[in-house]
Amino acid sequence: MPAIYALYVINKSGGLIFNKEFVTIASNSLNDTLRLASIWHSLHAIAVQLAPAPGCTGIELLRADTFDLHCFQTLTGTKFLVVAEPDTPDVEALLRETVYDLYADYVLKNPFYEVEMPIRCELFDQNLFNTIAAVHRRWGLVH
Amino acid sequence: MFSASALRLNIVDRPLAKGKSEVSLSAFAFLFSELVQYSQTRVSNIGELERRLEDVGRGVGLRLLETLCHRERGGKRDTRLLDVLKFVHTTLWKYLFGRQARDLEQSNAVDDEYMISDYDLFVTKYISVPKDLGTFTPAAFVAGVVKGVLDGAGFPARVSAHFVAVKGQAKPKTTILVKFEPSVLQRESRLPNT
Repeated sequence: MPAIYALYVINKSGGLIFNKEFVTIASNSLNDTLRLASIWHSLHAIAVQLAPAPGCTGIELLRADTFDLHCFQTLTGTKFLVVAEPDTPDVEALLRETVYDLYADYVLKNPFYEVEMPIRCELFDQNLFNTIAAVHRRWGLVH
Repeated sequence: MFSASALRLNIVDRPLAKGKSEVSLSAFAFLFSELVQYSQTRVSNIGELERRLEDVGRGVGLRLLETLCHRERGGKRDTRLLDVLKFVHTTLWKYLFGRQARDLEQSNAVDDEYMISDYDLFVTKYISVPKDLGTFTPAAFVAGVVKGVLDGAGFPARVSAHFVAVKGQAKPKTTILVKFEPSVLQRESRLPNT
């Protein structure tokens, strides 16, 4: 069954600035998440250098047996990571349009947010939760 | 297309544009965000920050009173207390937010206080106020606009903005509290009832 597990936001220097889990993930501590963020940041940068294809922009999707990790990097180097159930449809579009839109609206237009710092914006949390809940309801998942 | 004669007219002789001009919400939100950040660097407490936003709004209000009286009221300006409040609640709100304000109420306790409330003003739409800023509300800017209009119309008042939590509603409503100066009410009581 398709499901969105978690969303992470990584700033351009590789620090985790936002993490939100929509489904309880077993044994996933904050330390693990921070580690994942910085490792992903480095792997992403190395992949750009190593890729045989010209014009490579980094890793967009990591497929594992138990999850898919989608990554979307903005033009300014901020990365949005979504951990989802394997073969969850439309995650790319969700990241590129919905989540990025919410970030642009409720984080960047907030005068009390400092760029590159951890995101603590109530309205962003609320709207993100509502959006993901709506997507999940469409897939028949109940929060 | 402009006719040749219209182009030759001096700018002050041309008719004032009446059309509803719309502004990009994003552009406004970024500008307003910068305004708040700029003001924040120059103040030491929340009260001062709100006062700075109010001052900016007051300038907008004074100018809007003139423009709206000319555009919507055919050059007439209201001189009675309730009419001025209705002007704020209806005409000004429609110009600023594209709709009337939700409520216009008189305070139960004192007769010189009025409240204009509405949900989802665009100045508060994208701004999450952090906990350590307490009761600060970006709607202080709107309070300033209202103050400017009232001052310009000859109804000096203290105007403040507040977030009010409403039962059964997820979002708080924004209330603009207007407290008129005693002189206004004295003058009002001398005038005949219509």
